[in-house]
Amino acid sequence: MANTRQDDRSEPWKDPGAMPYVRIDKVTKKFGDFVAVDDITLNIYRGEIFCLLGGSGCGKTTLLRVMAGFETPTAGSIWIDGVDVTAMPPYERPVNMMFQSYALFPHMTVEQNVAFGLRQDKLPKQEITERVIEMLKLVRMNQFAARRPHQLSGGQRQRVALARSLVKRPKLLLLDEPLAALDKKLREHTQFELINIQETLGVTFVVVTHDQEEAMTLASRIGVMNHGEIVQVGTPTEIYEYPVTRFVADFIGSVNMFEGSLIEDEPDYVRVESAELGGIFHVGHGVSAAPNATVWVALRPEKIHVSRERPEGNGDNRVAGVVAEIAYLGDQSIYLVRLAGGRMVRVTQPNIVRQGGGDRITWEEPVWLSWDSSSPVVVTQ
Amino acid sequence: MAWIRALGPYRWATGRLRGWGVTGRTAVTSVPYLWLLLFFFVPFLIVLKISVSGIRLGMPPYDPLVTWAAAQVMDLRINMANYSFLWEDALYRNAYLNSLLVAGVSTVLCLLIGYPMAYGIVRTKPSMRNLLLLLVMLPFWTSFLLRVYAWIGILKNNGLINNLLMSMGVIDEPIVMLQTNFAVYLGIVYSYLPFMVLPLYTAIEKLDLSLLEAASDLGCRPTKAFFTITVPLTMTGIVAGCMLVFIPAVGEFVIPALLGAPDSLMIGRVLWEEFFNNRDWPIASAVAIAMLLLLVFPIMILQRVQGKQMESHR
Repeated sequence: MANTRQDDRSEPWKDPGAMPYVRIDKVTKKFGDFVAVDDITLNIYRGEIFCLLGGSGCGKTTLLRVMAGFETPTAGSIWIDGVDVTAMPPYERPVNMMFQSYALFPHMTVEQNVAFGLRQDKLPKQEITERVIEMLKLVRMNQFAARRPHQLSGGQRQRVALARSLVKRPKLLLLDEPLAALDKKLREHTQFELINIQETLGVTFVVVTHDQEEAMTLASRIGVMNHGEIVQVGTPTEIYEYPVTRFVADFIGSVNMFEGSLIEDEPDYVRVESAELGGIFHVGHGVSAAPNATVWVALRPEKIHVSRERPEGNGDNRVAGVVAEIAYLGDQSIYLVRLAGGRMVRVTQPNIVRQGGGDRITWEEPVWLSWDSSSPVVVTQ
Repeated sequence: MAWIRALGPYRWATGRLRGWGVTGRTAVTSVPYLWLLLFFFVPFLIVLKISVSGIRLGMPPYDPLVTWAAAQVMDLRINMANYSFLWEDALYRNAYLNSLLVAGVSTVLCLLIGYPMAYGIVRTKPSMRNLLLLLVMLPFWTSFLLRVYAWIGILKNNGLINNLLMSMGVIDEPIVMLQTNFAVYLGIVYSYLPFMVLPLYTAIEKLDLSLLEAASDLGCRPTKAFFTITVPLTMTGIVAGCMLVFIPAVGEFVIPALLGAPDSLMIGRVLWEEFFNNRDWPIASAVAIAMLLLLVFPIMILQRVQGKQMESHR
């Protein structure tokens, strides 16, 4: 899904002449001695869904609140559509926010909640009514216009909050964990609905989330944050397949990380000897690191192949082990394979053939693990 | 305790009580009801009874409600003259109206002073918050009467304020503050402010700050957000605080007696004078009953409003 979406989209971040829609320029936010946001510079382009992804306390929400105007940055500036909004109070910014708690006004009906923003602009009554109805139809909440927030379910509240934040037609919509309060099924459904609404209205979205799956589904680009810094910015594919640090590789999806040293460094390939692995990685991309430097090799569990027979080849990119654990998840199975040195390796295999009978790999069985040289990624920090 | 439960008489007694609808739960909840019944409702009935009797010299100083005209003829006399007298004599009407005015103005003043105080306390950092709340409640540790007396010392002609201002040369002769309406308002606002601040504090503390951020985000300026979001959502606290100030202030006796002018008409003072100076218990009782009725209806209306508010806020 994420891939098809990117294919039919332009990628303005690759065009050096493109004008960023939101420009975060060297923004730092400190609370006392604590640096919540540390000198972040970031460009977000028109029509993007940009996800700020990170664990709790990484500064992603603070950055969002700085963009909304609830926090004044300690240093740096925020530009939206070519205007410096750093000193602008929230009620003057062309930005709306959807709160994690939804922050619906409990003493107002759904309709009054959605109309609230338009009333502040003193629009004619007729126009307010029309736009509120139009927006409630978009989020399919028009039958509930007269209800109060406490009479709605979590998913319905989420949609009212979305309608309320979109009704003013903001240039930029900030969403703080928009789906965190929903259960899994509803969350998946709502993700796609959110994308559809974003494409219909053409609003630029900045989404804060701790859920990497959510970020992968929604985002045109993801900014991974850690300790108040942006560690990597890229499309979901780039982030997943080419993480630049151990943190990113580890944070997005699951990964097997091996420490090793660079024994061969060519422009189109490198070889890494790893004591943990008890073997040698042959990686099909170049690395900028000194010879014999300590590096880490990240290997995704689904990119490892399990077999009983010794794979063919020269001896790189394979290792023997014993199956220690198997977890059957239905669509796939997870194998934990113990290597000779005691290191556990996580391997996932899709269950293409129906399980339950026949000859399949089982506990305590010796196996060979192998992978393609395009699968591992070498990170230097 | 288990051995008690095993005893035959215990089991017999609890079984019997349960048969009458008495369980641990009803026993506990009935205590306040019994208390109110004994010390509020029964005295109320006594006062009601006195209010419909006539005055007489003697002990007790009122006519009995029921007399026996003959052996089997019960003579029940309900004397409504006290109430019609209240209505006819302008003194009582004015006293009522003045009490309502003084209580109303004092309540508004308490609200205007108390709301910013409560808001400020909620917004301070948690370590300071308890200290500030303690300071609000601190006056309760001294006798109410003593605190009102202390104001005499501050307000009188050669009191603290006048002496200070005269020694500084701001004024040449003392400003008359004691025994004025100003002193009464000051006394009531001072005494009842904590009753306003505490319910407001609880209401404001519950207010979700993200609602104010949401309002601001949607283009609402802070002042407007205060009136469209903060005030409606803290209405329960406002209503509770106002009732806690208004109701006792209407019947207030001590403050106008000590700080007010001798001719100031407050219903509490009229009541006192009828009871202790004129020894006209029936009229005094009628004054008390009328005051109660006057207060019960607005309270009932307010409670209905509050009930609706609570419903919509869940």
